Amino acid sequence: MTDALTRTTARTAAGITLEEGLELLRKMTLIRRFEERAARLRAAGFIPGFLHPCSGQEAVAVGISAALRKDDVLTSNHRGHGHLMGRGADPAQMYAELFARSTGYNAGKGGSLHMIDADLGFLGANGIVGGGIPLATGAALQLKRRGSEAVAVTYFGDGASNEGAFHESLNLAALWKLPVLFVCENNLYGEFTRQSEHMVLENVADRAAAYGLPGVVVDGNDVLAVKKVAEEATERARSGMGPTLIEAKTYRHKGHFEGDMARYRPKEEVEAWLKRDPLLLFPEVLREELGATDAELDAVRESVEAQLDRDIEWAKEQPHPTPEDALRHVYVDSHNGKALR
Amino acid sequence: MTNFTFADGIRQAIAEEMDRDPAVFVIGEDVGESGGVFGVTKGLWDRFGPDRLWDSPISEEAIVGAAVGASLVGGRPIAEIMFSDFSMLAMDMIVNQAAKTHYMTGGKLSSPMVVRMITGTNGSTGAQHSQSLESWFTHVPGLKVVAPSTPEDAKGLLKSAIRDPDPVMFFEHKGLYTGRGGPAGDVVEVDPIPFGVGRIHRAGTDVTVVSYLKTREYALAAAETLAEEGISCEVFDPRTLVPFDYEGLRASLEKTGRLLIAHEAPARGGFGAEIAAWAAENCHDVLRSPVMRVGGHNTPIPYAPVMEQFVLPMTERITDSIRALVQNPSRQLQSL
Ligand SMILES: Cc1ncc(C[n+]2csc(CCOP(=O)(O)OP(=O)(O)O)c2C)c(N)n1
Ligand SMILES: [Mg+2]
Repeated sequence: MTDALTRTTARTAAGITLEEGLELLRKMTLIRRFEERAARLRAAGFIPGFLHPCSGQEAVAVGISAALRKDDVLTSNHRGHGHLMGRGADPAQMYAELFARSTGYNAGKGGSLHMIDADLGFLGANGIVGGGIPLATGAALQLKRRGSEAVAVTYFGDGASNEGAFHESLNLAALWKLPVLFVCENNLYGEFTRQSEHMVLENVADRAAAYGLPGVVVDGNDVLAVKKVAEEATERARSGMGPTLIEAKTYRHKGHFEGDMARYRPKEEVEAWLKRDPLLLFPEVLREELGATDAELDAVRESVEAQLDRDIEWAKEQPHPTPEDALRHVYVDSHNGKALR
Repeated sequence: MTNFTFADGIRQAIAEEMDRDPAVFVIGEDVGESGGVFGVTKGLWDRFGPDRLWDSPISEEAIVGAAVGASLVGGRPIAEIMFSDFSMLAMDMIVNQAAKTHYMTGGKLSSPMVVRMITGTNGSTGAQHSQSLESWFTHVPGLKVVAPSTPEDAKGLLKSAIRDPDPVMFFEHKGLYTGRGGPAGDVVEVDPIPFGVGRIHRAGTDVTVVSYLKTREYALAAAETLAEEGISCEVFDPRTLVPFDYEGLRASLEKTGRLLIAHEAPARGGFGAEIAAWAAENCHDVLRSPVMRVGGHNTPIPYAPVMEQFVLPMTERITDSIRALVQNPSRQLQSL
């Protein structure tokens, strides 16, 4: 498996233009700055529910999405903000949802844990660990039935790979050659538990062998490496060869949820990973291999921050739902504001 | 003043039972060194170590299944399912295995185990972390279902649950042990509390209000308000749903002649329906008005606080319903 790691992390910056590179950087920066602001907004009382920040893991979502087409679909987990913005979701509507406003992505009914953007084929974050994995498998089944070349992507963590849903879905997708990318963001912890305390294998990707699909390990902090394995996997899937399990080794910079001080992690480990921050690594690539200037790099950050500040102002002005809105959307055919008895 | 909280009650019951019986052990996600997401098992690790606290992978079916299996060969496991919503992933082990073991084997085997589940709505945790699913389990013969509302009851009932020879579903409302209900530390001696014995939290003569878990607080607040209006409520907490203290309820209804059941779970198919049906069948002679239920609205739990509060049967809705029941029962039933 170390072979797989070295093979897939060989940098091929030449594969992208500077413009494409700056767009990847823009998305990763957007996600990081979004999460930082969300933490502050929660502390200030604007966000009532849970937040599971994805800071540090941005390169996975952005790298995967860079390989996708418009008609592809995605499912996600509880740490889904990056997956959404990687796919191009609108931060303003995301903030509005986090603020529980009626114009948010889920009309104030979902919050962070359930956020969707149906127009982008983003079928939702998920509050149930492992819950999104069978959903993507089923979406892929329907895509295949329809004869489409679209693929389904599902993001989940190392911890989720211990759920039965993961194992059953991998077997099913391999058996029926379904166009799925199983993307495991291995951030070394499930909640407060180290990977070595929740599974014996070193690589989640090795589990693929048990079900007869390829399992690939990639440096999840290297956006171009992630993009490359995602391109290979989507090509396989689109040509009818079936699913791939991609394990992206990465790290969450913060605790499991906003408010978790993450004292269960050794200081040296955190420091080592902070040095491998994708937002430090990728600007270097852009500078060295694509000749990006400081001014270009600064402009990315400045424009992202200005956008987010506008988005937050907009979201703060959005209307709250009425109490009775709770009764809507229970069934598709009961939009008259009354729940069925 | 003693500072003995709901979380203390749970933790102390586990610790005291582990001291008493080496067969008792805990299995669940993050129940070890970290002390759990709500800090309820904090401190147990230092005292009891890894042979008594099995900190498991995220594998609900295997957690509960392992507990069932261990119970078949002499173990006394306490399985923790962080949020009761996640028990859905372990339903096969609970419903098709544990609940029926004793029956299917003609009484040869049994499954003495506890499944602890954090339940209910509190603080915008959304549709998949807020449900009140207790009535699901009451429908399955072979399971006992416990729903305490005070720190003392939590401690005494959990001790009984651990000693019980059958599988026990033990619900802990997160609103009772977050914030001020969180771990504090004072030890209060509590003996095991037998199942099937309700508790009257406030005596009254006009209406019996049955409520449990967090809703009991709202029922008591409603009773307080209504007392000022001259309506006298008897607040009855059954504490265990299976078995249920029907004798105690009957005795209360003989005094009041009116019954209202309030719980957080959606009214439709909630345990209130069972209590109401029982009363209709067995207490017609003492009832002087229709039986009424106040439950959560029949919706999933929404995220936004204004909607979340609206779907719950909070104090105001319970108060209004009792008032209507006592003053004008037929009209209220239409607008329920
Ligand atoms: C079925 C289920 N079990 C447990 C939980 C509680 N929980 C939420 S996130 C989490 C850890 C998930 O770890 P991992 O899959 O590695 O994702 P990460 O949080 O590291 O991104 C747990 C146990 C849940 N939400 N759903
Ligand atoms: Mg993880």
